Amino acid sequence: MRRIAITATVAIIVTGLMIVAMLRADEFTEKDQQRWQQEYMSVVAEGRELWVSPDLGTNGVACAQCHPNAANTHPETYPKFQQQLGRVVALRDMINWCLMNPLEGAPLDLDSREMVAIEAYVTYERRGVALAPGKH
Amino acid sequence: MKNQNRRDFLKTAGVLTAVSCLPINLVELAFADSRKNFTFAYISDSHIQQIEGSKFVRNWDRGLIRAVAETNLLDPKPDFVVFGGDLAQLGKKSELDHGAEMLAKLNYKTYCVMGEHDYYLDLGEYWSKLYGDHYYSFNHKGVHFIVLNSILTYDDWTYNRWPTAEQRMNEMAGLDNPNGSPFMVGEKQRQWLSKDLEKVSKDTPIVVFSHSPIQKIFKGWNFWTDDAEEVQALLQPFDDVTVIYGHVHQIQYNQIGNISFNAVMATAWPWPYPRSYAQNKDFVPKLTVPMNRANPFHERDATGWQLIDLDSGRVALRYNLYDNTNRTVAYNPLTGRPEDKDFQDKAKRIPSQEHY
Ligand code: HEC
Ligand SMILES: [Fe+2]
Ligand SMILES: [Fe+2]
Repeated sequence: MRRIAITATVAIIVTGLMIVAMLRADEFTEKDQQRWQQEYMSVVAEGRELWVSPDLGTNGVACAQCHPNAANTHPETYPKFQQQLGRVVALRDMINWCLMNPLEGAPLDLDSREMVAIEAYVTYERRGVALAPGKH
Repeated sequence: MKNQNRRDFLKTAGVLTAVSCLPINLVELAFADSRKNFTFAYISDSHIQQIEGSKFVRNWDRGLIRAVAETNLLDPKPDFVVFGGDLAQLGKKSELDHGAEMLAKLNYKTYCVMGEHDYYLDLGEYWSKLYGDHYYSFNHKGVHFIVLNSILTYDDWTYNRWPTAEQRMNEMAGLDNPNGSPFMVGEKQRQWLSKDLEKVSKDTPIVVFSHSPIQKIFKGWNFWTDDAEEVQALLQPFDDVTVIYGHVHQIQYNQIGNISFNAVMATAWPWPYPRSYAQNKDFVPKLTVPMNRANPFHERDATGWQLIDLDSGRVALRYNLYDNTNRTVAYNPLTGRPEDKDFQDKAKRIPSQEHY
């Protein structure tokens, strides 16, 4: 009996919250936008830190040593065919490839916080460039 | 397509690879006054990097070892070798010693240029113990050679900004680090240069070795010398002047008045052209036909060393590119500027030379 009561209460609260959320779904303020941008930029900053870090791999080499300002990473071209891997791959696959080779490191989980941060940084440095999927 | 064919060929060539990269005795010497003709080799930017203890980054070690080995095989022998700076990555004694040990295997007299990675830990003190003066000049077969230390910067940055020498080194070591500071030759050295040039007749060919470009290309990555114009002004009165520089880890060349500029490759790794950074305007000299885009699956691609012919006072640079087609950039007396032997004509360029 008690369990049913609790479940019912939770259901009512959740439904209530959903209604509130639905009512406000298309409303956001400039302040919201600023906060979201700040959230994004803080992840970009995390990515930049990883980019210049001698500790991301095992040999002290940093991504920035060969890719200043993330140049030559071409995020706008992904997914694309990598002839040496023999298939169409995501940007994350090439991030891990460079991590495992010039940095002699272990690959990052594809959905890890670090991977997202590195992608955020790389694409931020490339802002304004038109998408060119598949381009070598 | 051309590159792929060459790669396939190199694969089949197997152990002969090193030798097949070296058709150097085929370099043509077509000079007016043959007494003036000679060659020297140019190796640069090895960035020897310590991991810990006696462990160093294998990739960078291999680049320098290969340059030294190939240079020693040259036939005919070069008159001397120049090392263009950035021997070490973080200026440490252990890195400079390890690099110097590899360089010492060269069978030729070696002149050294200071790079920022050699300098900003102890302001060149240990480097001096190995290689002597930070700037100097010498004469060889009628050519006046000048070695500059062009990676100095504002005193306030060098002496007052950083709590430790290690931090100062780290801040300057990051190419794209906004805390860095623009390179310069500086007042004191410019005065020395001006004095040094007083003794030289205007028709004596002059070759300057510097680490940074002595021209302004892209400040964000220190492809830049802050007092470039002042140094150029001291050199412009001479008939034949060439500046050869490292630091940029890529093929670049330019002509400003009487002065030809030629950049050399790194043995460690290649750098993107500034135009590849989307938030930046492109200042790479229009004259330059870029090197091929690097293939990261070939560890030594877009690295290498140079053989330089002094053609009656002007240079022809042959880029010996480990995993790619060699390139030659030579002064063309008809046009009065350096030009790529094969690709200067726009119609002859290939897709690999397009950087974005
Ligand atoms: C030793 C030098 C070196 C280091 C260090 C290095 N890379 Fe690379 N990387 C390259 C080169 C060279 C390329 C090819 C560039 C091109 O295609 O023009 C490349 C390509 C890439 C690409 C694909 C670019 C494209 O156009 O498809 C990505 C993504 C990338 N690197 C990410 C990284 C990351 C992340 C790191 C650090 C974990 C890193 N790299 C470290 C040399 C390096
Ligand atoms: Fe360098
Ligand atoms: Fe440098």
